[in-house]
Amino acid sequence: MHELSLCRSLISLLRQQAEEQHFSRVTQLWLDVGPLAAVVPDAMMFAFEAASQGTLAEGARLHIVERPGRARCRACGAETEISQWYQPCAECGAYQLQVLSGDELKIRELEVV
Amino acid sequence: MCGICGCGQPHEHQHQHAHEHEGGHEAEAQRRLQVELDLFSRNNRHAQTNREMFARRNLLVLNLVSSPGSGKTALLVETLKQQRGELPVAVIEGDQQTHQDADRIRATGVEAVQINTGTLCHLDAHMVGHAMEQLPELQNGILYIENVGNLVCPAGFDLGEAAKVVILSVTEGDDKPLKYPGMFHAAQLMILNKIDLLPHVDFDVEACIEYARRINPDIQVLQLSARTGEGLSAWLNWLAGQRRDQLDARIDQLESELRALKAQL
Repeated sequence: MHELSLCRSLISLLRQQAEEQHFSRVTQLWLDVGPLAAVVPDAMMFAFEAASQGTLAEGARLHIVERPGRARCRACGAETEISQWYQPCAECGAYQLQVLSGDELKIRELEVV
Repeated sequence: MCGICGCGQPHEHQHQHAHEHEGGHEAEAQRRLQVELDLFSRNNRHAQTNREMFARRNLLVLNLVSSPGSGKTALLVETLKQQRGELPVAVIEGDQQTHQDADRIRATGVEAVQINTGTLCHLDAHMVGHAMEQLPELQNGILYIENVGNLVCPAGFDLGEAAKVVILSVTEGDDKPLKYPGMFHAAQLMILNKIDLLPHVDFDVEACIEYARRINPDIQVLQLSARTGEGLSAWLNWLAGQRRDQLDARIDQLESELRALKAQL
């Protein structure tokens, strides 16, 4: 259930934003999730609902936007899209991918009032 | 008290540029903001604070992760028996409940701080920062952080450690690196423990190492048995090497800072 502690971090980030950007409530938010972020969308939704109760984000719609990750092959140098940690290179088939991105977990957009 | 948190007080700080677009047509001045709020940022900030403190105190800090029952505590107990009296060592123990592991460590004469995470499945950097308040004297040695037995959640939470060490016992499946890739990707070293039991189990060592390297081509591997002591000296040598490398890097860094300052004279 580390989704719950992540959602608590999320709520405190939103409070800080509300102060800086002068809004009182969050109505929708868009969360970019990389395939390697070790976050399960359903668990995230559930945890967000629990963590947001009684806060400025209570009742807000959380949209989870799954973003592909990228990796570079050490064997042939090609850059490919990845969806999991252990994947062969799409070009040469080697298991030598060096992950460049894919573990991000970031709020990109807010709808606020 | 830790400098960053103020505990419970939200004190987030991030660099981002928010600008509005569309919006305005709703009655209640609804608007959209483009932001970049990293959910790991709070933990990462605490981890950075920890890392700077560990560097100042010249501590090699290792985050030991595994599934429950891999023999982490047994390995630590055997390691501490060799190191106590030789160099300053201490342990932070993470468990959901009980202080049994900390008691096992203390029985060796080494200081241990128990963190009970309650419902949480991992240690975070904030907890470790506070646990360090109970080890004010520790410096020029090694701090072992024994994480909650869990091969999933602790992978994403940086504690400020120099390296994660994943421990896998041969009574588990040899395909665990493929099943829990996040952890094996995050680890610098994989220890295969309980190798004295290899004749009695169907664990394929070669296959396991090959799986781990598919996930993490750079992962180092040691095979040992905490119970019989086989392979323990290679682990102690690895630790000594890590300490030396870290000390060299720290000296280089301080010397270059000193040169830069002297150039100001």
